[in-house]
Amino acid sequence: MRFMSIITTASTEPPTPELIEAMNKLANRELQTGRMLDGGQLMPIETGARVSLTGGQLSVLDGPFVEAKEVIGGYVIFEFRTKEEAVASAVEFLQLHKDFMPGWEGTCEIRVLADAADCA
Amino acid sequence: MTAADTHRAILAVWRIEQPRLITSLARMLRDVPLAEELTQDALVAALERWPETGVPERPGAWLMAAAKRRALDHLRRRQMLARKHDVITRDLEEEQQAMPDLDSALDDDIGDEMLRLVFTACHPLLSREARAALALRMICGLTTEEIARAFLLPEATIAQRIVRAKRTLSESGLAYETPRGEALSQRLSSVLEVVYLIFNEGYTAARGADWMRPQLCHEALRMGRVLTAVAPQEPEAFGLLALMELNASRTAARTDAAGDPILMLEQNRALWDQLQIRRGLRALGRARDLGGAGGFYVLQAAIIACHARARTADETDWPRIAGLYAEMAALVPSPVVELNRAVAVGMAEGPAAGLAIVDRLMGEPALKAYHLLQSVRGDLLHKLGRHAEARAAFEAAAALAGNRREQDFLKRRAAEAADAATSP
Repeated sequence: MRFMSIITTASTEPPTPELIEAMNKLANRELQTGRMLDGGQLMPIETGARVSLTGGQLSVLDGPFVEAKEVIGGYVIFEFRTKEEAVASAVEFLQLHKDFMPGWEGTCEIRVLADAADCA
Repeated sequence: MTAADTHRAILAVWRIEQPRLITSLARMLRDVPLAEELTQDALVAALERWPETGVPERPGAWLMAAAKRRALDHLRRRQMLARKHDVITRDLEEEQQAMPDLDSALDDDIGDEMLRLVFTACHPLLSREARAALALRMICGLTTEEIARAFLLPEATIAQRIVRAKRTLSESGLAYETPRGEALSQRLSSVLEVVYLIFNEGYTAARGADWMRPQLCHEALRMGRVLTAVAPQEPEAFGLLALMELNASRTAARTDAAGDPILMLEQNRALWDQLQIRRGLRALGRARDLGGAGGFYVLQAAIIACHARARTADETDWPRIAGLYAEMAALVPSPVVELNRAVAVGMAEGPAAGLAIVDRLMGEPALKAYHLLQSVRGDLLHKLGRHAEARAAFEAAAALAGNRREQDFLKRRAAEAADAATSP
């Protein structure tokens, strides 16, 4: 099963060098063991934009967004056998944050990726 | 949480850590089979303790400590028997104290250790079946029970297969292989054939089968990804990955509601997984960039890519497929490849051209019992309007067919040919 892990945080601090190193090692391990398929760190929202459709109206808003609380920091796509494995992987990932960037708070949301059969 | 839920959760946590465990231990002990045993021991320890204590905050560290304790015990026992290895155990204990450094150094080298793991598990000295079981165990972390379910074999059979394979490796001094360069390229085929074997076992699983069977496709794809990550200069690794991705992309379209197979040319292509096709084509491109266009797996992938790129069956580039089969036939002279080439030529140049090739194959001893030879012949004869001969060919094919469904299909075609022969 493929899963997408989406990291959201209210923290505006950039990751510490220790955390970056730890995350790179983890990413390398997940690539060398064939489990990680894709991933990306998202640049700060200042360089982004938001296009919305509300009340029948389309609107475009350039970053930063005043009311933004939780922001998506990045995503990873994995292949795991079970949801339990995906959860264990996410727990490990957040444990890294706890160890190498104390005080950081955030969430890793895990979602199952639909496959062709699901969309048929 | 039920006991079964707890068991599943612990197994999942262990599986996330399993690659790191086995590679660290293998490096420490210079012994892959022994490392595998100790990672299993760590799992057993976790299954015994964690239901009471809960999963520890750093499960990886807990499991590694448990495994390394057992590694030291093992070496001490060996020492007591040999009375010569004081220095090994002492060094190991010093290494133990420097544990954080050992592990972090591994993080940079885990690719090297994964490569050793792959080439040890798939050593050509072992039978293909033994290699498959060992690979699924050591690289993918499957349990004996899961491997048994996947191959429809008794658990005891798989357990024995693994034990014997590990013993063969240990006794042959092959416990920690590091093929490089030329040797790696030569040994690669014994790895690729195992990965492909596993993929096909999963690919041909009947619908409604145990989940573990089609799951084999995912395990094979995972091993394919490992190979391309640890041996990035090997075009055939990318070729095999491409082949598997491209074949797997048709999974949703391959069977009908009753679970019967649908021929590729008749499948609903809207159900083909385009993202998977794109991954496959990308891997194929990489293989070509590495200069591997003429490789065995790359050629097979290139043929499947022709099908994958065609939006409809009519848009299939048959001349290109025929050319690729000709290349493959030059590489691997095989009557089966030639038969496939005949089909492609028949589509590209007309049934007469295809039939000419098939007729040349009729005397091939290797194809004597191969029902597809007569089946292809029947199809070409039918297209040429030679219905009486087509009927005879389909009946001959039906007699050779391997299973009931194929037999019924071929008998139906024979009956249709018979009708066509007698109609004005």
